[in-house]
Amino acid sequence: MTPEALNRDWHDRVIPDDSVEFVDRARHGTQAVAPSQPATAEPSLDGSSPRSEAGAVGGGIAGTATYKPARLRAETGDETGLAVTATGLSKRYGGVEAVKDVSFSVGRGEVFAFLGPNGAGKTTTIKMLCTLARPTGGRATVDGFDVERQPKAVRRHIGLVFQDQTLDDQLTAEENLRFHAVLYHVPHEEVGERIDRVLRLVALDHRRKDLVSTFSGGMARRLEIARGMLHTPAVLFLDEPTIGLDPQTRALMWEDVLRLRREEGVTIFLTTHYMDEAEYADRIAIIDYGSIVALDTPGELKRLVGADTVELTTADDDRAATRLSDAGFRVSRGEEAVVVFTNDGEAQVARIIEIAGVPVSNVHVHRPTLDDVFLHFTGRQIREDHAERAMPMRMRAMARRR
Amino acid sequence: MTTLDLAVKPASHADERVDLFGELRTVGMVWERELIRFARTRTRILSSFIQPILFLFVLGYGMSNLVGTTGGFDFKKFVFPGIVAMSVVMTAMFSAISIVWDREFGFLREMVVAPVSRTALVIGKTLGGASIATIQGTIMLALAPLIGVHLTVLVVMAVIGLELLMAVGMTTFGVFIASRIQKMEGFQVVMQLLLFPMLFLSGALFPLKGLPTWLDVITRINPLTYAVDPLRHVVFAVQHMPPAAAARFSTGVSLFGYTLPLFAEIGFVFLFAVFFLGLAVKGFGRPE
Repeated sequence: MTPEALNRDWHDRVIPDDSVEFVDRARHGTQAVAPSQPATAEPSLDGSSPRSEAGAVGGGIAGTATYKPARLRAETGDETGLAVTATGLSKRYGGVEAVKDVSFSVGRGEVFAFLGPNGAGKTTTIKMLCTLARPTGGRATVDGFDVERQPKAVRRHIGLVFQDQTLDDQLTAEENLRFHAVLYHVPHEEVGERIDRVLRLVALDHRRKDLVSTFSGGMARRLEIARGMLHTPAVLFLDEPTIGLDPQTRALMWEDVLRLRREEGVTIFLTTHYMDEAEYADRIAIIDYGSIVALDTPGELKRLVGADTVELTTADDDRAATRLSDAGFRVSRGEEAVVVFTNDGEAQVARIIEIAGVPVSNVHVHRPTLDDVFLHFTGRQIREDHAERAMPMRMRAMARRR
Repeated sequence: MTTLDLAVKPASHADERVDLFGELRTVGMVWERELIRFARTRTRILSSFIQPILFLFVLGYGMSNLVGTTGGFDFKKFVFPGIVAMSVVMTAMFSAISIVWDREFGFLREMVVAPVSRTALVIGKTLGGASIATIQGTIMLALAPLIGVHLTVLVVMAVIGLELLMAVGMTTFGVFIASRIQKMEGFQVVMQLLLFPMLFLSGALFPLKGLPTWLDVITRINPLTYAVDPLRHVVFAVQHMPPAAAARFSTGVSLFGYTLPLFAEIGFVFLFAVFFLGLAVKGFGRPE
C-alpha cells in the first residue's frame, strides 16, 4: 500500500468526513476523534508496507502491539484534544511583521501542514510554537502548555526537526540518540528500548553503530526524525523536512512520518513549500505574507476552488484574463497561463475560448491541484526551486566531509 | 476563545521544577561526548602533543646550552613543569573550539533547545575539555625521566589535581570566548592573540625575574602565572636543587613584596574559573 493510501485509510477512520468542523467541535467540548491508543492501528497495514522487510530484521514493527508508550505520554493528557492552539499569534522583527495575527488549532494525531512560499512566515511560526522565538502578540499552547509561560514543559513534549541538520556526524547514530535521550530526560531504563524502537521505525537499525558522517542526506534526515520521536513527544515539528532530498527519499521519509503517526499517535506539524507534500496532510493552512489565507483539508480546499480547472495558454494572457473575469468567471493569472476555475470544465471549454477572444495555443482541463488552490488564494504560484535550495545543502555536506 | 484558555495548565505544573538528577545526567552526557569525539580524532591527539614536545626539546636544549647548569640543575628541568602547564592550557583553551564547530554544524541547536539548563551544558563542556587537557598534561609527565626530573606518586597526584584546576579555568575562559564568537576564523585569531602572550608572560618558559616594571605588572595580572607557579612548586619540591639553583629558579609569586602562599594562588585560579563559568553560561546559546 502506498503511503498516500495508508494516510487516506487512517484519515477515513480517524478524521470524520465533516472534518471542516473538526476544530469547532473540539472547541465546543466534544472530544475530537483522535487516535489516543496508537497500537489499535490495523496490524495488517504493517505487513504490506513496502519497507517492512527491512524493519522485520530486528523483530520488526510487528512488536508494536506489546509496546507500551513511555510514561511521558501519560503525563501530558490534555483535556481538550488539541495538540496545538494559536490565537492572534504575531511576530514582528523591527518594522517587519513576519507573522500577522495567526489563529488555528491542531487536533491530536493530526498531520497539519503550513504551506507557503519561502519567507511567508512558516518558520517563524514554528519557532514561536517551539519557544525558540517570543511572540510579539497573541498566544499559543502546545500540548496544553503555554509557549511563553511554560517553555521548558513545551520543549519536553515536542520533537523538532529543523531545516538544517543538527546531528553530530562524529558520533554514531546510536550515540546521537543516546545524547538526545539524556537531554530529554528519558528514564535511564527506557533509553535502550526507545532507541531500538525509533531506529526500527525509520529502518536504520542496521546502521546504529555507524558514524553519521557515513550517512546519506536522506538517512541523516530520517535519523533526525527518529531522534525527534525518541522522547515520545506529543507533537513532532518538521520544518521543511524534505528540502534537498530526492523524490524517492522524500517518499521514504513520508512513509516513516505516517508510520509514526499511526503507531505512536503523535501529532505532526510541518511546514513545506512543496505542493505534493502538503497532500499528505489532513489539513493545510495556506500562509502568505504572514497571514493564513485558507485552512482546510486538501479535498475541501480543492472543492472550494471549483470542480475543474481550465488552463489556457494564449497570445495575450492579460487580455484573456480581463475578458473572462468581466464575463463572470473566476480567473487567476498563472505564470504562463490563464487559469479559470469552473464547475463543469469540459462543457465550458468552448465558451471560455470564445470569450477569451485571443488566439489560444493550448487548453488543459483538469481537476484542481494544490497548485491551483494556492494560486486561487494568493494570486501567485509557488515556484518549485529545488535546485536553488538543494545547492547549499550539498555544499554543507562537502564541508562536513573534510 | 474561552475554551482555548482552559487548555493551558497552571504555571506551577511539575514540569517547571529543576530536575537535579536530569541536569547531572546531562553534564555526564555532554562530558562523554567530548571524550568520544576526542578519542576519534587521532590527528588532534597527535598534534596537541607535538607542539609542547617541540618546545621542550628545542627550547629546553637550546636554552640549556645558553644558560648553562647551576649545580647540576639545568634549564630543561626548570622549563619542564612549564611545558606540562603549556600543554594543558593549550588543549583546554582549544577544546572550546568544539562549541564553534557545534554552532557551525548545527549541533549547538540540538543542545540549546533541549529542556535542560545552559549551566548543565556549559559545565559538561568544561569538564569534557578539562578532562582531555588533564590527560594530555599527565601523559607529558612520562617525558620526565628523559629530562632527569624526579617524580613521586604523591607529586604526580598533586600535579594532576593542579592540572585539572588549571584546565577547568582555561576551558571556561575558552568557552566564554567561543560563546561570543560566531565564526571559526574569529575564534582562532582571538585564541592566538590571547594564548601566546598569556603563556609567555606566565613564567612557564622563563623565570619571572629582572623584568622591566611594565612587564612585571602584566605577569602579575596574568591569571596563568598563578596556575603555573603551584605546579612548578610541587615538582621542584622533590628535586635535588643546590641552593644556587634554588635561588636562580625560585618559585613563588610576590605581590607588593609579599610572597603569596600556595593556597592563595590556587584560590585565585579557582575564582577565575568560577567567574568565567558564570560568563560562559550567560553567553551560551542565547535565544534569538
